[in-house]
Amino acid sequence: MTEQLTEDSRPHLLRGVKLKNDQVRKAWVLLAPERYLRLNAISVDILQRCDGAAALATIVDGLAEKYKADRAMIERDVRGLLNNLLEKRMLGL
Amino acid sequence: MNTTTKPPLAPPSALLAELTYRCPLACPYCSNPLNMGGRETEMSTDEWKAIFTQAAALGVLHVHMSGGEPASRRDLRDLVAHCAQLELYTNLITSGVGLTRTSLRELAAAGLDHVQLSIQDAEPKSADWIGGYEGGFAKKMEVAGWVAEEGLPLTVNAVIHRANVARAADMVDFAVRLGARRIEIAHTQYYGWALLNRAHLMPTRDQSEKAYAEVEERRERYKGQIVIDHVAPDYHAKYPKACMSGWGRMSMNVTPQGKVLPCHAAETIPGLEFWNARERTLADIWANSPGFNAYRGDDWMQEPCRSCERKAEDFGGCRCQALALAGDASACDPICVKSPRHGLIAEIAARDSAEKVEGFIPRRIERTREKTEA
Repeated sequence: MTEQLTEDSRPHLLRGVKLKNDQVRKAWVLLAPERYLRLNAISVDILQRCDGAAALATIVDGLAEKYKADRAMIERDVRGLLNNLLEKRMLGL
Repeated sequence: MNTTTKPPLAPPSALLAELTYRCPLACPYCSNPLNMGGRETEMSTDEWKAIFTQAAALGVLHVHMSGGEPASRRDLRDLVAHCAQLELYTNLITSGVGLTRTSLRELAAAGLDHVQLSIQDAEPKSADWIGGYEGGFAKKMEVAGWVAEEGLPLTVNAVIHRANVARAADMVDFAVRLGARRIEIAHTQYYGWALLNRAHLMPTRDQSEKAYAEVEERRERYKGQIVIDHVAPDYHAKYPKACMSGWGRMSMNVTPQGKVLPCHAAETIPGLEFWNARERTLADIWANSPGFNAYRGDDWMQEPCRSCERKAEDFGGCRCQALALAGDASACDPICVKSPRHGLIAEIAARDSAEKVEGFIPRRIERTREKTEA
């Protein structure tokens, strides 16, 4: 079973999963066992906040504030990304 | 329309470093070439370091420390530390044999990111028989425990063939119990030693299909717990694999002697010129080596690939397999139903799976000469 993401979850990248600002591709990438994902600016912003200390609710609040965007929409995006990474075994809660 | 395109050359994302061909195991499906050089031919620590430094500058993201058994190299920790300093992601592809509790701790401290541990079977006796190494299975279990203690992510790799095909799905269950985050269930790809041993390794179509379905069933059951990477049985497939995600497109292999190849088997294709990292820079080789450029893009393609709607997806399949099975490295990989030679594959698979020959030819460096001269 995939772990369930809640408002109180404190997401963090698992060991062996790393954000890298790749100077050659001029892009942020997420490095994981045997694969990498190119990240857009929003995803990078989300993942940089996933430090294992901040709760999901706090992360969403911060992003909604920064982008002056609808909180529900932001939360949907954040959950979309994080659930995807949970399924790929790249994220811990 | 038969348009051909040459896309701009992207940087490689992965480098497979075959640090050595030495290995305590003797798996009959090894993807190493039949002609393997020994210790005295291997590159030095400094030569490898120079290659990794160039790789990082060229855009490589992942370095896969492989072999043979990479733990046979005494400088493994130094090489991992060097890559970590360069912010290269380091993956150790190991049989586990040759690692100690201390050496694994040192590798983790040096910045190792991930361990891929091979298993030969879920059943210990069979596993040791396949790998040709008594006690290998027990040793691997010990290593898996150490990996967990170090907090390193673990991938289990299992190659599927006639001797273990009935337990393909058991190996997924087994990997879950070991705490692995990923498992690669790879039906044998017939290159190198596996091609030599094909008549000993080929399962029947029914066995392959049953194993494949049982493993796929685990995917949903273990969702979020373990990621399953499933490599289909080529000879029982309808379309070819996107071999190496395209020739010279994403990755390079560096042999223990410094030769830089698009894949394990590339040197089986006669007439291709591959360059050596002891003599040229990696950037020069990636961009200009005739061997790398031979099958980039789609100018080289023949029909049915050239006008095929799948060509950007599977790149015409595997060049080495096209050579081995169709006698022409530029031909459509005969695994493809569209290949005029596709019928041959079913014939080979049926014949090889029916032949009940016991005892395969174990992979050994000392056997190199007799096999290549035969």
